[in-house]
Amino acid sequence: MSTRTASPISPDVSPMVSMDMITKTFPGVKALDEVKLDLYPGQVTALVGENGAGKSTTVKILTGIYQPNGGTIRIDGDPISFASPNDAAKAGITAIHQETVLFDELSVAENIYIGHAPRTRFGLIDTAQMHRSAAKLLADIGAPFSSHTQLRDLGIANKHLVAIARALSVDARVVIMDEPTAALSHKEIEELYELVEALKSQGKAILFISHKFDEIFRIADRYTVFRDGAFVGDGRIDDISEGDLVTMMVGRSVDQIFPQSDHDIGDEVLKVVGYEHPTEFADINFSLNKGEILGFYGLVGAGRSEFMQALFGITKPSKGVCRVNGDIKVIRSPADAVSNGIVYVPEDRGKQGAVIGLPIFQNITLPSLSKTSRRGFLKLAEEFKLAREYSQRLDLRAASLDQDVGNLSGGNQQKVVIAKWLATQPQVIILDEPTKGIDIGSKAAVHEFMSELAAQGLSVIMVSSEIPEIIGMSDRVIVMRDGRIATELTKDELSPETLVRHAAGITPDGAAA
Amino acid sequence: MTDATQTRHVPDRLNSRAARIFKSWEALLLAVAIAIFVINSFASPYFLSAWNLSDATFNFTEKAMIAFAMALLIISGEIDLSVASIIALASTAMGLALQYGAGTPELVIIGLTVGVLCGAFNGFFVTVLGLPSIVVTIGTMSLFRGISFIILGDDAFRGYPSSFSWFGQGYIYWVFTVEMLLFVIIAIIYGVLLHKTNFGRAVYAIGNNPTGALFSGIRVQRVKFVLFLLTGLMSGIAAICLTSRLGSTRPSIATGMELEVVTMVVLGGVNILGGSGTIPGVVIAAFVMGLVTFGLGLLNVPGIVMSIFIGLLLIGVIALPRLWAMASARRKS
Repeated sequence: MSTRTASPISPDVSPMVSMDMITKTFPGVKALDEVKLDLYPGQVTALVGENGAGKSTTVKILTGIYQPNGGTIRIDGDPISFASPNDAAKAGITAIHQETVLFDELSVAENIYIGHAPRTRFGLIDTAQMHRSAAKLLADIGAPFSSHTQLRDLGIANKHLVAIARALSVDARVVIMDEPTAALSHKEIEELYELVEALKSQGKAILFISHKFDEIFRIADRYTVFRDGAFVGDGRIDDISEGDLVTMMVGRSVDQIFPQSDHDIGDEVLKVVGYEHPTEFADINFSLNKGEILGFYGLVGAGRSEFMQALFGITKPSKGVCRVNGDIKVIRSPADAVSNGIVYVPEDRGKQGAVIGLPIFQNITLPSLSKTSRRGFLKLAEEFKLAREYSQRLDLRAASLDQDVGNLSGGNQQKVVIAKWLATQPQVIILDEPTKGIDIGSKAAVHEFMSELAAQGLSVIMVSSEIPEIIGMSDRVIVMRDGRIATELTKDELSPETLVRHAAGITPDGAAA
Repeated sequence: MTDATQTRHVPDRLNSRAARIFKSWEALLLAVAIAIFVINSFASPYFLSAWNLSDATFNFTEKAMIAFAMALLIISGEIDLSVASIIALASTAMGLALQYGAGTPELVIIGLTVGVLCGAFNGFFVTVLGLPSIVVTIGTMSLFRGISFIILGDDAFRGYPSSFSWFGQGYIYWVFTVEMLLFVIIAIIYGVLLHKTNFGRAVYAIGNNPTGALFSGIRVQRVKFVLFLLTGLMSGIAAICLTSRLGSTRPSIATGMELEVVTMVVLGGVNILGGSGTIPGVVIAAFVMGLVTFGLGLLNVPGIVMSIFIGLLLIGVIALPRLWAMASARRKS
C-alpha cells in the first residue's frame, strides 16, 4: 500500500489546463457562472461540490461535449476552444465517465481502440497490432484479463479497467475521473489509487470528481470547490480541514450527526417467510414493524437488491409467503405491491426510478392516478395539487413542475422518485442505496426525512453499503451474505467490525467461516 | 437566487398554453394542410366542389381509423405491421360467411371479431412471450393474408347485401358520409383516451421508459395487450368499411396499407421510437395526405408519382424543424 506523496507546489509550476471565467447557460438555467479551474501536471485536483454545483457541466466543457457561452480555456498558456469531443481528444484530454459507454458484444481490445484502431496499409483494422498494444496497456494497469475477452464476460470493476485503458490509449495528458470508485469494492479502490499514483508519476494532470471525503483527502493534491454553478475557492488539500471543505461546499456547516431516532416502534406490518429464488437468494425470513427502520447490509452481490425486487414483484420468488398486517398477500407485479402498500425506490434512478421524458408532475402522480382522476379520466388540477404538495415537502428544486424530469440533477430526481411513492401513502418503503452518488447536503436531508417518515409510522427498509449510514439510521440490521441472511443485529450490537465480519463471513478469531 | 432557508416555490408551468400550441408540431402541420388546400384550389377548378371534397375523404378515412390505434401503439414503443393483412382476413371471413347466408349484422360481428382475434394473436406473442412486435407482425402480415389467399385463390366474394353497403357508401346528410362520421367519432374517442385518461398516461409512460413504468406499478404488458386488441378492432372496422365500399373481397384487398397508416402516424408527429405524439396531429396528417392525393388525382397525376410525392412530403415535413433548429443555431453563433 502506497502512502500519498505530497507534491510540493513551487510557484514556478504553471497549470497545464486552466479554465477561466467559464460560463454556460441552458434555457432558464445558468449551469456555470464565471468559474475557474486549474489542473497541474503530475497532480490530482479534486473538484468538489454538491449535486447541481456544475461539476458534470465542467467535465462536458473540458471534453468538448458542450461549448461554453463565455470564458477561456488555456492549455500550456495558449487559448484553445473545442468545437467537438474530437478536438478535446486531440488536445490530450480524456475522461472516464460515471457510466462509461462500452460495447458488450466487442472484445476488450476493440473496446479500447474503437474509433482509433491501428490500420494496415490497406486501411483495414490491424487486429494483431491492436491486441499487442491493448495487452501492453492492460499489463500497465495490472488488469487480470486478456485483450481477447468479450466485454460482457467481465464484472463491473474489470469493465472499469477497460474504460481506464481506453482513456490511456489515446496518449492523454489530462485524465478526468468522474466518480471512478462508485461501483468498486474496497480492494478495487486500493488498486485504482495505485493506478492514479502511477499516472501522476507520468506527469499527467488528473481531475478527480468524488463525493467521498476520505477518498479526496487520500488521493488529491489540490481541491477546487463549486457551489450552485459558481466558483467558491481552491487551494492545496494539505492546507484545509475536512470540516472547512464541507462548509465551503454547502455554504453552511452540515450536522454530520445522524438524526436522533425518537420514533416509537409499533406492531408487525410485514412478515416474510421462506422467500427463495433459484439463483439469487434463499431462506429469507424476517419481520418489519410499524415505524421501524430496518437496515440491510452486505457486500455487493449478496442478493439484497435481488430480494427487494422480488418483494416488490419485479422478479418472482420460487417459494415464500409475504404477510401484510397478518394477511397473506400474493405479489406478482409492482402494481400488486403498490396496492398492498409496499413501494420501492431503486438504486438505478435513471432507468428504474424516474420516467425520463415525462414531466415532473406526471412522474409524481403516475402511481397515484386512481386518486387524482375520476372514473379513469385525468384531472390535471388535482395532479398539480398533489405534485405541488409533495415537491414542497421534499424541497424539490426545479424550474417548473412541467419540466422533464431528465433535466434534473441526480439528487432532485431521487426526490421526485421518493415523492412519487409517498403520494401513494404506503405502509412500507424500501430504499435501495438511497444516498449513493448524492452529495453530503442532500444525504443529510434524506436521512432527516427517513427518520421523519419512521416517526410518522411508516416502516422503512434501507439497503445500504455504507457502514456509517447503516449504524446511524437503523433500528435493527439484517446482514446478508451469498443470498442468505447471515445474522440479525439489534441497535446495541451494531459496530463496523461486527457488520464487516458477518458480511464477509469471518469468525471472531479471524478465520473465514 | 432564492434564499435557501425559505420554502422553495416551484411553479406549475413556465410556458403558457398559447405558446405551447403555437410552437407545436400540430401548428406546423396545420399550416402545411392549409397551404396544400390553397394550392389545390388554384391548381384545379374542380377542387372546390363539395361533392368532390366529400369523395376525397375516402382517401384517408379508413386508413385514419387504424392510424389512431396505431398512434397509441407506436407511442407505447410497439408497432403492428399486420393491419392491412387483418383487413384481408376479416374481409375474407365476412365473404365466407356471406356464402352461408349471413346477413348484415352477422357480417359486422364477424368482421369485428376477426379483427380483435388477430390483435389478440399479435398481442400474445409480444406481451406474453416477449417477442419484438416488428418481427411478430411482419410474420402475421404474411400469415393473415396467406390464409386469405388459400381460401380465395384467384376468386372474389361478391354479392354483399344492399344494407351492408351503407357503411362504405352511405351518406348521413348531404355530402357527409357514414365513414366521415365514424372517422370523427373514432378520432374523438382516441383523443380522449390518449390525452384525458389514466390509460393514455400509462401509454406515454411506457413509451418513454418501460422499466420505469413497470417500477411505478403500471401493468405494462396488460396495457400493450389492450393496444394490440384496439389496433385489431380498428382494422376490423376498416375492413367492414372497405369491403362495403368496394362491394367485393379479393385477397389483395388493402395491400400496402400498413405503410400508409404508419406514414400518417409519423407525419402526425408521433415519434417512431415511442414516447410522444398526439391524436390532433394524426387527424391533421390524415387531411394532409387526403388533400395531397386528391389534388394530384384531379391533375391526372399517376399513382406512382403520387407515392413519390407522399414520400417527399413525409421526409420534408420531418426534416423541416431540424433544418430550422440548425439554421437558428448557426445564426446565434
